[in-house]
Amino acid sequence: MDMYAEEIISHYEHPHNKGKIENASASMHEHNMVCGDDITVYVKIKGNKVDDIKFDGSGCAISTASASMLTDFAKGKSISELEKMGVSDMIGLIGVDPGPARLHCATISLKALKEALFMYAHKEPDAKTRSL
Amino acid sequence: MGIDVKRIRRDFPILSARMNGKPLVYLDNAATSQKPRQVIEAIYKYYTQYNANIHRGIYAIAEKATQAYTDSKAKVAKHINASSIEEIVYTRNTTEAINLAALTWGEANIKKGDRILISEMEHHSNMVPWQLLSMKKGAKLDYIKLDSSNSELDMQSLGEQLEKKPKLVAITHVSNVLGTINDVKEIAKMAHKHGAKVLVDGAQSAPHMKVDVKDIDADFFALSAHKMLGPTGIGVLYAKRDILEHMEPLIGGGDMISTVDFYSCTWNSLPWKFEAGTSNIADAIGFGPAIDYLDRVGMGSIRQHEEKLTKYALESLEDMKNVKVFGLGKENLKKRGAVISFGIKGVHAHDIAQVFDSEGIAIRAGHHCAMPLVTQRLGESALARMSFYLYNEEKEVDKAVQAIEKVKKIFRID
Repeated sequence: MDMYAEEIISHYEHPHNKGKIENASASMHEHNMVCGDDITVYVKIKGNKVDDIKFDGSGCAISTASASMLTDFAKGKSISELEKMGVSDMIGLIGVDPGPARLHCATISLKALKEALFMYAHKEPDAKTRSL
Repeated sequence: MGIDVKRIRRDFPILSARMNGKPLVYLDNAATSQKPRQVIEAIYKYYTQYNANIHRGIYAIAEKATQAYTDSKAKVAKHINASSIEEIVYTRNTTEAINLAALTWGEANIKKGDRILISEMEHHSNMVPWQLLSMKKGAKLDYIKLDSSNSELDMQSLGEQLEKKPKLVAITHVSNVLGTINDVKEIAKMAHKHGAKVLVDGAQSAPHMKVDVKDIDADFFALSAHKMLGPTGIGVLYAKRDILEHMEPLIGGGDMISTVDFYSCTWNSLPWKFEAGTSNIADAIGFGPAIDYLDRVGMGSIRQHEEKLTKYALESLEDMKNVKVFGLGKENLKKRGAVISFGIKGVHAHDIAQVFDSEGIAIRAGHHCAMPLVTQRLGESALARMSFYLYNEEKEVDKAVQAIEKVKKIFRID
């Protein structure tokens, strides 16, 4: 079945960028009540770019693999670029559409990342981010 | 006396449906049950032949609707051995039934410093209303602990807590996570000896076994129609007549009053004083044939069938490597309902449910609305759960076992 493509399983078994960043520029914790997915994203900003990014927590294969791929992708990207990301970018990034019931698993790491970036900019998260 | 599952299955139109291209295997009965055509047709018949408001119209179809609504209550009363329909209050669901007890009886009887005793295996529906009430009143909420097996209530803990003289013991009859059947009759006896009132959350018992509120000696008993072949939107609060007599209504409006002048009113008789406004008439009428269906098959036979299925499932799962089953083992079948929570090492419950879904099998994954039990006592973030009913068969258990094998294959687990 597509949802558990080799790449997803492989990222789930060996997630990239797993752990904490001490002295992070910003971090954000997200918890999903329904699943019990629990994630914290840490970012280190240099200039206007993500210099380093890690995530910690526990979750299902979709949420873990998504976080692993997103953190790979976000490294070196500018804040403005990441702030524009939405659901479709995330689906494109992980290569599977998890369907309505599991969509939040795919987007929980993006939500935490974007919220961390808003926090860094001393801004309230926008509606698009809140609804992720 | 075995039940004729083949014949029963023909009464449930959805059981011939497909999910993701596979025949539907419905193993999420603890969440909600499927509905036989007798229930679906009764609702259709009401809307197409005698739709009218109840307790008002002086015309034939209104009288017929009122009669059907009252008949449904009479069936429930008889089914759980209540004294009369005066003791049967319709709510939306079990949660609302428990909240009704908390907001009326609790409001009047729980005072600052009083204690309310519940257990660690409660569903949120029998936990949060009491948390809210305790916070509001400055009362203390105590817990009956689980024993060392994390499967049953620790009766010594119950005894100790009762010494603190709680005003109320609110306890689940069957755990929706562990499947454990609590000896509510014994608990009620002990609680009454210490002067407490007893509320039993029957959401997971009423669908699956004979419930006799008089034999249990429950002061309150709550259940949901939708888990027992009936429609969504109907729940029941049973309470002893003298308790209901002394309870103030929660919601004011039409139908719950006897007389009204501009500044005061008197309440309608039981149970109507708790049912303000137009009720969920169609679904109440649909609940009648659901009770008839259960009575026709027989609660004893249903229980026996589920016990057999549970045994079969526990035996099928016990030798599977890296599969953990929660709750009592097969040697304790008499104390276990047809609910089997399980986990596969290294796989999140939602991924398990997703693979099951691809095989056409509906199971539940999550904390099952019992977060403290699942996360704090069992130490899991989420569990997968299969739960059976009268229409399930052994071959469906076999399919579930095959789906577990598939999960293990995808996740490269032994």
